[in-house]
Amino acid sequence: MESATIWTSLIPGQPAVSIITWLVIIVVLMYLARKPAHQMILVATHSLRNALKIMATSVWKAEEKLKIRNQEVLLAHGREQVERYIEREFQRVETIINRDLSGYPTLQRDLNMQITRINEDYVHSGEVPPQPPEWLKAIETVAQIPSESSPVVSKILNDIHSTLKKAMDKNVGEYRKANKERHGLLKKMMPYWRSLNKTLESVERKISGLESRSNVIDGHMQHYENILAKSDYAERMLSSSSLTQFFISGLVLMIASVGMYVNFQLVALPMSEMVGAGSYVGSVKASDVAALFIIAIEVILGLFLMESVGVTRLFPVISALDDKKRKAIIWSTFSFLLVFATIESSLAYMRDLLAADREALSQVLSGVEVEEPEFRWIPSVGQMVMGFILPFALTFVAIPLESFIHSSRTVFGMVLAWLLRMISMGIRLVGNLLIGGGRFLVTLYDLIIFVPLRIEQMATGKKS
Amino acid sequence: MKKVSLGITLFLALLLTSCSEPKNPNTAVYMLLDTSGTYTKQIKKAQGILKYLLGILNPGDSLALARIDSASFSEKDIVAKVTFDVRPSMANSQKRAFMASIDKFAKNLKGSSYTDITGGMLQAIEYLNETGAGSRYILIFSDLKEEIKKGHIRDFPIAFDGVKVVALNVTKLRTDNVDPREYQKRMVKWTQRVESGGGTWRVINDLDRLEGLLD
Repeated sequence: MESATIWTSLIPGQPAVSIITWLVIIVVLMYLARKPAHQMILVATHSLRNALKIMATSVWKAEEKLKIRNQEVLLAHGREQVERYIEREFQRVETIINRDLSGYPTLQRDLNMQITRINEDYVHSGEVPPQPPEWLKAIETVAQIPSESSPVVSKILNDIHSTLKKAMDKNVGEYRKANKERHGLLKKMMPYWRSLNKTLESVERKISGLESRSNVIDGHMQHYENILAKSDYAERMLSSSSLTQFFISGLVLMIASVGMYVNFQLVALPMSEMVGAGSYVGSVKASDVAALFIIAIEVILGLFLMESVGVTRLFPVISALDDKKRKAIIWSTFSFLLVFATIESSLAYMRDLLAADREALSQVLSGVEVEEPEFRWIPSVGQMVMGFILPFALTFVAIPLESFIHSSRTVFGMVLAWLLRMISMGIRLVGNLLIGGGRFLVTLYDLIIFVPLRIEQMATGKKS
Repeated sequence: MKKVSLGITLFLALLLTSCSEPKNPNTAVYMLLDTSGTYTKQIKKAQGILKYLLGILNPGDSLALARIDSASFSEKDIVAKVTFDVRPSMANSQKRAFMASIDKFAKNLKGSSYTDITGGMLQAIEYLNETGAGSRYILIFSDLKEEIKKGHIRDFPIAFDGVKVVALNVTKLRTDNVDPREYQKRMVKWTQRVESGGGTWRVINDLDRLEGLLD
């Protein structure tokens, strides 16, 4: 009210004139203070914008550092993975060589024996044409003698003819006999040929198995070289692989968490019988905490088991242990898991009994006659089996967990880098808006004092 | 180093001061049963409420049933009381035993000449405080028409201190039908008495909807 009185009481009795007079005074003062006012606005906005620019630059630098670090972590993890794949492939090659090709000397001996056998049979089966008797040359000579003049010659020639025929029949018989022998030998050679063929086929398979393994190793080595060279291609492939792994392992972990929830439901009620349903840890029931503890222990035992077996590599300490100690850890964790599985199975049975007791009580309270349902044993057995199997099933949670941990670093690193980029861009935007705002304020200032400015322009125009 | 240790000390102090004593999660229910006049015939409804309570109370909770008679400020009026064992199997057995004792009481129920609701409330508050439960309830199964024996003094404020009072099945008397304002006056009187003592007051007449009884 007082401020309103000040505006209207400059000229007593003339509030409108008072207001106009005040406006004129203000405009004149603003016109006189135009330059310093402009400077003040521009200096303020430029200073703020510069500060924001420095802030944006530092955020951008942080983003760059983070991207470099992300790249290092990604490539290191990718290198480790490829090294594992290559190691695994070499182990497979070693297995093939030890298992299949260690018997090569024996194989070679067998091959040599078979070839020698075949060679011998081949030599035996060689056809040796029967030699014509020497006296046939003499007959040839005699046959050239003309037979018409002498019956003796004719008789001799007939005799020679019959002798020749006999000799020929004999030779044919011998020839057939020799052929038959030869066929017999060749038939005996056939199993050796087949055996030789099989042996050579087996060698070929093994060699081609080695060949395919070596192709796979080549592929991995190529990938490894790309990673060592820190190529963009390798980085993109690893990022894409990490994202895929993140989602897949996340999905599997979600499903595993459902399994853990089911496990929890099996164990929580009987734990309240052991620990007491009335005690609390904070706002959570002690029986629930005990049930969660059992499940957590099972997951940890599963982690150690997977680590000792070599499936996962979350704890380098375990991987670095010698085989004897690792075997000891394997057996001890497996034994503990077995004990826990047995305990859970019995707890599941206790749960069933407690649930039945509660149901019976509800029936008594509602005045219904208590009835024992038929086939009551089926859900009891089912719960016991589930209680026994679930701890072992939870053992395998270690595999997607490892994947999730490794890939989440990459994914969160990428998300954080993106956030920093957005923040940097936002800060720059605000800085630019401030500059624009400053210019706007300067123009607004001039708009308010447009009358004296116009007068000044007109006066300046007249003088020139 | 000094700054680091000072920082740690401040942090620990903040942590300790921010951690307040946790509230006891158990529930204690004290049911007052009017045994005057026509209410003796409504014992079956009271049994129904008790069965519902036995169904929803958990191990560690407490339940007591007491009668409202001519002088209710006495442990002798407590018909049955139990604090359920923390083990569910034992708690179920206790519930069965409690129900059996209530059934026995119902068979031998005798009426009383006067109705000392205030005495019953005082006894209830004493019992509920002894349990130390975080949630405390007094259920009154009565028409809330108090009739004090001559010589007994009951017109003083009662400290409820967070106890929740629920009036169940508050039937209307013949005199209420003649002048309904009698009923309303009774309701207002008890509401004021309970709320001024730091308690909360509710009325539930529909015994088919007991779901929100212990809210």
